[in-house]
Amino acid sequence: MIADFKSIYENRHNYAREWKERNNDHKIFGYMCTYMPEEILYAARVLPLRILGAHEPQNVSEPHILGMFCPFCRDVLAQGVLGRYDYLDAIGITHSCQHIHQAYESWVLHKKIKNFFIPTPNNHQTSRALPYLRGQLEIFKEQIEEWTGSEIGDEDLLRGIDIVDKTRMLMGAVYETRKSDIPSISGLDSMYMVVASQMADKGEFNWILEEVLGSELPGRAAREDPGIRLMIIGSEDDDAGFVEMVEGFGASIVVDDHCTGSRYFWNVTEKEGDPLTRIAERYIKRPPCPIKDFPARNRVPHLIGLARDFDVAGVIVIQQKFCDPHELDKVAVTKALEAAGYPTLYLEFDVTVPLGPFRIRVEAFLEMLRSEALF
Amino acid sequence: MARYKMEPLRCWDKAKELRRSVYERVAKARENGKIIVAGGTESMLALPAGYDMEFLGGEPYAASCAFAGVQDPGVCREFFEAAENARYPRDLCAYMRIGVGSLLADKYLAGGSYPRPTFNLQTHICDTHGKWYQIMSDIENVPYNAIDYVPYAWETENESEPSKKLKRDYLVGQMLDVIEWMEKVTGQKYDDERFINAVNWECESTSLWAQCCMLNRTIPAVMDEKTMFSFYVIAVLMRQRKESVDFYTELLDELKDRQRRGIAACPDEQFRFVHDSQPPWFALDVFRYLERFGAVSVAAHYSIGLSGGWTYDPELDTWLPALPPKGAGVELRTRQEACEWYAEWLLAYHTMLRSLRWSGRGKNKRILDIVKKWNADGMIIHLNRGCEGTAVGQMELHRFMNDQGIPCMTYEGNVADSREFDRERTIAKIETFMETLGRKKLY
Repeated sequence: MIADFKSIYENRHNYAREWKERNNDHKIFGYMCTYMPEEILYAARVLPLRILGAHEPQNVSEPHILGMFCPFCRDVLAQGVLGRYDYLDAIGITHSCQHIHQAYESWVLHKKIKNFFIPTPNNHQTSRALPYLRGQLEIFKEQIEEWTGSEIGDEDLLRGIDIVDKTRMLMGAVYETRKSDIPSISGLDSMYMVVASQMADKGEFNWILEEVLGSELPGRAAREDPGIRLMIIGSEDDDAGFVEMVEGFGASIVVDDHCTGSRYFWNVTEKEGDPLTRIAERYIKRPPCPIKDFPARNRVPHLIGLARDFDVAGVIVIQQKFCDPHELDKVAVTKALEAAGYPTLYLEFDVTVPLGPFRIRVEAFLEMLRSEALF
Repeated sequence: MARYKMEPLRCWDKAKELRRSVYERVAKARENGKIIVAGGTESMLALPAGYDMEFLGGEPYAASCAFAGVQDPGVCREFFEAAENARYPRDLCAYMRIGVGSLLADKYLAGGSYPRPTFNLQTHICDTHGKWYQIMSDIENVPYNAIDYVPYAWETENESEPSKKLKRDYLVGQMLDVIEWMEKVTGQKYDDERFINAVNWECESTSLWAQCCMLNRTIPAVMDEKTMFSFYVIAVLMRQRKESVDFYTELLDELKDRQRRGIAACPDEQFRFVHDSQPPWFALDVFRYLERFGAVSVAAHYSIGLSGGWTYDPELDTWLPALPPKGAGVELRTRQEACEWYAEWLLAYHTMLRSLRWSGRGKNKRILDIVKKWNADGMIIHLNRGCEGTAVGQMELHRFMNDQGIPCMTYEGNVADSREFDRERTIAKIETFMETLGRKKLY
């Protein structure tokens, strides 16, 4: 059921604890960036679970992280310091941005938990990245084997790939339905779906997705009149209140480019070849986070392609305050989108979003788009 | 009465001349038919040195602009405003904003228009670096390439040899690819002999600077950090050149002589401290104010690490100056050999670059080692809003030093953007810190 997405998202800790009770000989691994190769963890029968913030004001991360680091990383660390993820058996991170890495390091320094860092490449455009990442994944696999006490064979890896790829394909199919004139699922529910998929056992989650795709979405209209079709892009974003507000003003968010959205699942693993190489290749070829997008700008054609394929009228560009990777991309990205005929609205997010002022800006943006549609 | 003798450094004017010459050579490079390469100065300078080129390093250029702002605040303000008008946010790297702003304003600090490079070559050492010159290249419309730098983990993390080998191979492979790319974009053959010489000189320069810094362990310190800034920057700007090796050889001799004769950098040295992060370049007088309490910055991971090559000695559990190829009895004969040595040098011995992405136990240990080995009595941390790489781990470092019983003060500022620095507040914090330590103003 579509309602399950929201339920899992809002009750993520209960879900994880119950999962552990049902699978008491299995471990839970919290990760902080979607470049974490979940396939290897599924191969080891470990539950990977993305650590996100709570969107609540907090005062526990300030002694650990400089105030100019993004609110998301501080919110994430606060969850650790407050003990909300104490059921985790380990945490891990890949070579991600400096801010979230700081949250990881402070967590490790103060929570004394088993930890894994994969020094993944930053430049995914060099041909040297694939053998390098493949090698680091091999080392990570060995570390997980040592931790769990079980060997991970190729068959296990293939099983891991199948589970994660199935989630990707099913969510891709759900997103495909959003291309229609009257999308069958809202932007809000789509956001819940993707973030819930990062928190749930994908084996179980795939059943929900199949049921939603098979029984619930056909013939369904998220809204009779979808209104203005929008794309939302930018930093990590699981701010449901904002999306709900936007969609409450005669607009539908029909596609996104977030690590809590399409970037997480957009491509699947190649069918042939050595499993670890295939896993590495999938992460290298995925739509990049800005931090991985250099020296060429591969994000730009991808974003314009999404805007075109999903027939959007405008783009909301959000950015976590102080998020350097997105700040570094925003000028080029907004310029390219606007040149391609997609007006943009730029908003800066914090742990809690000021819905009042943002509502005025969103309404003005929608009004502008409506007047453009008239002429 | 002063505790120690003091005398001017003979190398001072030479350092000044070398610094000036870099910017003048870049300004005249075009008319002299030379290639101009631009990028972060922690780019692998020896790599483009396979050509007869001049390198315009973004960070020291921006630092110079910030320093020039002391005399004329309008210089930097114009560059910052140009970047902000182009919608680059104020919280981004201050060096980057000066670089982008200087380019957009088309003004070069040394006079004339901003020099358009032949190509940009960056080493991606922090989140900003790879993106910084992507933006510059977009504006300049020149070819761009970037090398991804994934350093060895800190010694505290017991990184496996296979992981280190992967990192080395990854870096070497990228270097070899970049050489081919440079041949393509310049249409000129790459000179391996020049490259090999440059690798030798870069390693030698940084090893020599590390040896110079070791002399500061002595009491009284032979250099204060403000003076060190004038010397470390030679390696920042031109470590791949023979002039740099010659300069540090001469400086090392002079410092040894000063050490032998007990010549101090600060005649009133009473309280030795280690500074963290780059200083606010427009407010170096803060260091002079500290000297009024007899407080001298004798080292910083930044100033000894950025230009220094340091190797970890597991038996002594400390870092020592690393041996350059010739010192280690190694002759680099081929492009491949030079790339391999160069990669190892940067991945293992460049502890400053190693600290920009992750900190934790390793950075804390490295800095505690500096505090202890340089006989420091305390630490002052510049919470640097203008450089996120050096800001990584600073709050944890503060906690760690307090846990170790080392007096530690923080002040907030920005490496280059004076709008984010509150001088009066910083002075007040220094006075309070000194008072808690029982130190009184000497003059």
